[in-house]
Amino acid sequence: MSSVRVLVGTRKGAFVLTSDGKRKDWQVSGPFFAGWEIYHMKGSEADPNRMYVSQNSGWFGQLIQRSDDGGKTWHQPGLKPGESEMPRFPDKAPNRFLYDTSSETGKPLTTHQWYDGTQHPWEFKRVWHLEPSLSDPDTVYAGVEDAALFRSTDGGESWQELSGLRGHGTGAQWAPGAGGMGLHTIILDATNEKRIYIAISAAGTFRSDDGGQMWRPINKGLRSPYMPDQDAEVGHCVHHVAMHRAKPEVLFMQKHWDVMRSDDAGENWHEVSGNLPTDFGFVIDVHAHEPETLYVVPIKSDSEHFPIDGKLRVYRSRSGGNEWEPLAKGLPEKDCYVNVLRDAMAVDRLDECGVYFGTTGGQVYASADAGDNWMPIVRDLPAVLSVEVQTLN
Amino acid sequence: MESGVNKSENAGAATVRVALPYHLRNLARIEGDVLLAVTTPVTLRAVLDALEARYPMLRGTIRDYGTGQRRAFLRFFACEEDWSLASPDAELPEAVATGKEPLLILGAIAGG
Repeated sequence: MSSVRVLVGTRKGAFVLTSDGKRKDWQVSGPFFAGWEIYHMKGSEADPNRMYVSQNSGWFGQLIQRSDDGGKTWHQPGLKPGESEMPRFPDKAPNRFLYDTSSETGKPLTTHQWYDGTQHPWEFKRVWHLEPSLSDPDTVYAGVEDAALFRSTDGGESWQELSGLRGHGTGAQWAPGAGGMGLHTIILDATNEKRIYIAISAAGTFRSDDGGQMWRPINKGLRSPYMPDQDAEVGHCVHHVAMHRAKPEVLFMQKHWDVMRSDDAGENWHEVSGNLPTDFGFVIDVHAHEPETLYVVPIKSDSEHFPIDGKLRVYRSRSGGNEWEPLAKGLPEKDCYVNVLRDAMAVDRLDECGVYFGTTGGQVYASADAGDNWMPIVRDLPAVLSVEVQTLN
Repeated sequence: MESGVNKSENAGAATVRVALPYHLRNLARIEGDVLLAVTTPVTLRAVLDALEARYPMLRGTIRDYGTGQRRAFLRFFACEEDWSLASPDAELPEAVATGKEPLLILGAIAGG
């Protein structure tokens, strides 16, 4: 029988929520890595027992954790489970993210734009997003702050920067958003293993067609009123991007303001905010079986990061954007002033698609019927940073 | 979870006691203070090198990988003195070098 495993990263640890295919009764396990910020945790599609976690602390920096048994046990890659010996260290280190500074591998930059317009050195702060390869459980990508893309091909034991991204030519114009300059979105095209999309706040969206070596910005059509040049190639505050595998040329974007759509792999974008009550927000995701059904959670504004009128609503479009319907059954009707962060929504792949999202108030909501009805799985976790789902058979 | 006593002490090396903050003890799977064999002269660098050699999962958590510098929210104390800003190659007090007093690695009180 099918089951689902919801992986929840929070400000103070990781939690795993499990249920059978009915998705009515849930078991909550955790906190794992208690007291640490878990920016993201995600399982491998090639091996669902392989899971990666980004574990971070303002005091102690970045760690990577890995499970090879579906989350029962965890270890730092290269460290044997249950042992403190790490024989290959220090040639390999699972938490060493060093920017490529060589001149041979893609003109890596040394500075980016700072808040005051001056140039500032790149400084590694944390891993925002981990994206396992679709075919190899030992290959995983890491999106980091300050924005860069790293890849590991040894199960997270060591990391190498794909420096062609920072070095393609616009990096010196990238600037941090209010939340930092993070590379937060990594999308691997299931139909073309060479194609990778990434998104950065506040630089924009980028695409590689050669497996991550060469990159170029794909932001044509984005309009950002805070920018002096509306047609600027980079500088847009993209919050999240989603894609359906059956239509890999179609991308959906929740920008700082505006919900956007591209029908040509990001070459051109047009707005599909339509009748949304506000088009500010962070999350966006696509139904598992309906490529034109998408979900957003409108947030009042960039000055007030909570739902309008204290009513938490998911909005669904069944037409690929523009026409949106509010989904409210089971969600708070009043006095709700939480936020839903960019990586905190996911869908499962059961026949009736499940939709999940977590809030900064510590609630994780689930819908087992594509958004028609919602229920909280848990109400009182630490602030939720990320939600991912594994559909298990 | 082990006691934290170094099992491979070198003959002739100083034995230094190190007190780690809670999260790093958990990460290294140890309880209590760490007893380390440290080559003389006993400096901060020598102690941290020995600590990271014995507990490699702590690499990068005390000293930044990129810069090699102390992480901003960690402090070093020894014999009621703040060694956080001292040269990493300065010799620590004799009481630390002889194991009578621990080298304290503390997480700053921050975050409300």
